[in-house]
Amino acid sequence: MRELLSLMLGAILVENFVLAKFLGICPFLGVSKKLDTALGMSGAVVFVMTVASAFTWVVNKFVLVRYELEYLQTIAFILVIAALVQFIETVLKKLAPSLYKSLGIYLPLITTNCAVLGVALLNVQREYNFGEAILYSFGAGLGFTLALVLFAGVRERIENCDIPESLKGMPITLIAASLVSLAFFGFQGLFQ
Amino acid sequence: MQILLPVLIIGGLGLIFGFGLAYASKKFEVKVDERVSQVREVLPGANCAACGQTGCDAFAEAVVAGEAEVNGCPVGGAEVSEKIGKILGKSAKNFEVRVARVMCGGSSSNCRSKYSYSGIEDCTAAAALFGGPSSCTYGCVGMGNCVRACPFGAIVIEDGLAKVIATKCTGCTKCVAACPKKIIDMVPISSEYTVRCSSFDSGKIVRQNCEVGCIGCGRCAKVCPHNAIKIENMLAKIDPALCQNCGECAKVCPTKAIELFLCGVLERENAAV
Repeated sequence: MRELLSLMLGAILVENFVLAKFLGICPFLGVSKKLDTALGMSGAVVFVMTVASAFTWVVNKFVLVRYELEYLQTIAFILVIAALVQFIETVLKKLAPSLYKSLGIYLPLITTNCAVLGVALLNVQREYNFGEAILYSFGAGLGFTLALVLFAGVRERIENCDIPESLKGMPITLIAASLVSLAFFGFQGLFQ
Repeated sequence: MQILLPVLIIGGLGLIFGFGLAYASKKFEVKVDERVSQVREVLPGANCAACGQTGCDAFAEAVVAGEAEVNGCPVGGAEVSEKIGKILGKSAKNFEVRVARVMCGGSSSNCRSKYSYSGIEDCTAAAALFGGPSSCTYGCVGMGNCVRACPFGAIVIEDGLAKVIATKCTGCTKCVAACPKKIIDMVPISSEYTVRCSSFDSGKIVRQNCEVGCIGCGRCAKVCPHNAIKIENMLAKIDPALCQNCGECAKVCPTKAIELFLCGVLERENAAV
């Protein structure tokens, strides 16, 4: 139990996907302008990461490993994730319209998010069992949420600052992102 | 075999997913009322949310479902509501055009300044500093938050005071939300007389701060034959629903805070041109 907890907390803080592993930088910079869009995106990412890692784990174990095709993991996982997200979208539209609306355009957007693929590949590389894989992906999603929400707050503050003309827009955002990332560096070595 | 097997497996996976998705899209198909897309097409598409929905798509759905009025789109006005009415076979009720009006006459020449401000050009930021650079804490800050919020370019800053160009105003209410002092009101365009002041200060303080502020003397309320004016918190307010545009109030106002707007344009400035 203790181990599982440290696995999850490690995924959130120490191995934060955005700020320590630099995966999923595109949505991190793209949708962190406002807190509510950041929350919408994060919700979709947590959801897709958890479900996708479960499916990719099964596909890997019972198809790829069995026929000794581990070198096809990347392409097979992309296929699985893309199909899965599409499927979830159609089902949600019918069965849970309110959830579909709140996830909105973010759901198809993360089909090609490298953080989702990254967590699926890491699960396999580290030879997690099914439960660990799910927990780790869930933690990774929460870490993504934490990074996005924190950074949305930072950016909302930047909006009201007097920034030198040449740094306005993306430059100051990148500088702020690197500072937030440095702060997360402090969690290194928290769990061993 | 070494080449064939991976091809078969990846191809097979793709095929299974493909059929699965095709099946799912049939099984979980959501029928969209085609009237929704028709209504959506006649809407302006600014997604301004003035209708109270989250955007034009949501409004189209709500109208078809009967949850929103046919004339609910203030930007599109009578023209759009007529078109929607045609699609849905309902008649649009009378549509009253509402425009934004700045309830303040405190331009730089009318209203004393408290200090000279040299921060960023933003009303909210300026207002956070002792209630803004103008001596009246209720009045227009003049840094143009409303100008930037207006998607239709209908607001300009003149002499430190926001001014709505009524011919361009579509009534989307974005400026109302953007103003940190909350001094922009939506009024029917037919409403001609307006108290151009939002100050709740007592008459003495208003006099000190501003040439054209409402001092709450109540002479307009006494003289109004239709009881359309109420004094609340030292500020006169004209109810557009009761006002008959007779103009008695503007005649007696000692500070000339009540002004005449014709077709939403300040008559005094109109005449000067």
